Amino acid sequence: MAFIEDLVPLSIVICLFGGIICSAINGRIARRLTITLLGFQIVMNALVLGYTLYLGHEFVYVMGRFPAPWGNELRAGCLEGLMALFFSVIMLLSVTGGIRGQDDDIDPAKMNLYFIMINLMMSSLLALVYTNDLFTAYVFVEINTMAAGALIMIRRNGHTLVAATKYMIMSLLGSGLLLIGISMLYSITGQLLMPDIKEAVAKINASGEYAIPLTVVIGLISVALAIKSALYPFHSWLPEAYGYSTASSSAILSSLVSKGYIFLLIKIFYRVIGLGVMVDHKITNILFIFGIIAMISGSISAIRQTDVRHLIAYSSIAQIGYIYMGIGLGSMAGMVAAIFHIMSHSATKSMLFIAQRGLVEVSGGSKDFSDLKGSAYRNTLAGFAFAVGAFSMVGIPLLSGFTSKVYFAEAAITSVKVKMWIAMITLAVSTILNAVYFIRAVISVYTPRKMEFKDPMYKPARTSAAALVCFVLLNFFLGILSYPIAYTIQTGLGAFG
Amino acid sequence: MFLSGISPNAFSLISVILFSVGFTTLMLHRNMIKKIIGFNIMDTAVYLFLASKGYIEGRKAPIITNGVHDTAAYINPIPAGLVLTGIVVSVSVTALMLAITIRLYERYHSLDIDEISLRSKKDSPGRSKYSKQFNEPEGEED
Repeated sequence: MAFIEDLVPLSIVICLFGGIICSAINGRIARRLTITLLGFQIVMNALVLGYTLYLGHEFVYVMGRFPAPWGNELRAGCLEGLMALFFSVIMLLSVTGGIRGQDDDIDPAKMNLYFIMINLMMSSLLALVYTNDLFTAYVFVEINTMAAGALIMIRRNGHTLVAATKYMIMSLLGSGLLLIGISMLYSITGQLLMPDIKEAVAKINASGEYAIPLTVVIGLISVALAIKSALYPFHSWLPEAYGYSTASSSAILSSLVSKGYIFLLIKIFYRVIGLGVMVDHKITNILFIFGIIAMISGSISAIRQTDVRHLIAYSSIAQIGYIYMGIGLGSMAGMVAAIFHIMSHSATKSMLFIAQRGLVEVSGGSKDFSDLKGSAYRNTLAGFAFAVGAFSMVGIPLLSGFTSKVYFAEAAITSVKVKMWIAMITLAVSTILNAVYFIRAVISVYTPRKMEFKDPMYKPARTSAAALVCFVLLNFFLGILSYPIAYTIQTGLGAFG
Repeated sequence: MFLSGISPNAFSLISVILFSVGFTTLMLHRNMIKKIIGFNIMDTAVYLFLASKGYIEGRKAPIITNGVHDTAAYINPIPAGLVLTGIVVSVSVTALMLAITIRLYERYHSLDIDEISLRSKKDSPGRSKYSKQFNEPEGEED
């Protein structure tokens, strides 16, 4: 069974090599290769997850067999396995679901470059999930940022260029803060491996030495990752980036890129600084407040949108707010809810982006709701998936969004009085706001008025139909059978310490 | 009194000042090239910080010379390794940013990000011809 431990570094490296191979081959073959590799990723990460569940504890893979202070480590527990498996599933579905969009939006001569970026993105996400070394995490954060920038601007028009520029500038501010934060942490602890840093931080915190630098470090790292994952005041780049890039890119950006950073932040909370120290430094309260503001302001901006892509993008800001609200509760239950919402939001948002592409396709390429009227009748499956996604975001029972809201509410009840009231009221208000714009969107998609775009020859792409069916099933699965997943998350977080 | 407390940390102090200079330039400057310069100053400040933390007064670079194997004779090599890794990362990010800047300049004939962003709002992509976008000659709208 020891070979399964080797799958962890292999899954990271195989995608890096996939990227290199993609640079030398033609776009269509590159796409096939990437999809095959992503299929392998699912199998490998599922094996890792199964193995950790079977072992009942995590395992540490020592890179190059150099022991601790010299070598680099990867760590896989059931939570890491679950996240890696989930990320690879979403990545595969987003890439296959958007195949027609890729053909339309990307210059065929440059198609292979797109798949280089997809491969780099996948390997950096897996590395962020599995790494046990803080500096390695920084390096892969940067790879992730660069790949994301390229994914935005692969569709060549002015908007995506500007969006990519804004995204890169914001992200670079974040990575600068992350880098100096990690350097300072290294200078006060002298360690780079996560468990060693945690030991040193516990000692420092107990002795009261370096109290101010420790606070600064915690602030820097949290703000850096909040900037990168587009928490409320740092979201200015998001609507353009999600609104104009090709459908697959938007799906990947909204459901994987920002989520990878949030997962890294949670990992740092638990495995580097320690949740107790984090809560003592009140950083959770700050994240909580900004999460709450994001939940409301994102939804209010979304109500004003007439463009379907922008509507989904602004709703992402609100959903990121939910996740930070869960983290900000500063309790185990809050973290479980936040991680569950990472999964539920990824599954839903990527489905909405892929479904939206199907609807836009049958509306003469317009993303405006006035033209999208009745599009659900022209492309029934995309319409259905869009409705399922919208209902899930609103929080209709049986769907994943509802379950994660239940988890948030449960977590809020057990927390401090003030936070409980604020969280409960905001959850209610934001659910109503979500309902306002998503139900309106669904109604307008199902209003049979404009039939001028009707094309009897139109056939939805088979690949995107398959992806949408999988997305819908995944959503129902997360909504109905959430217990084993929440249990795995809880066990994994418990093992984080 | 105040200065004597600072002097052992002079490098850290300078690097934090440089970091803030770079950070503000990257965040607030409108010119793309200056933004990139700001980013480089910011990253270099971190390398100065790391290198100064790794240096121990009176010790040598960690290369074994004259058969001295005692670790007390050498400085800590890890910060230097981190600096090298960081340089690789920042070089590649700089290359990507410069490439984006060239594309922006070709399209909008400007380096001012505010102006570019205003002009890009007047473009209307994806409304009319959905599938033929990449065939548009660059900078057609200008």
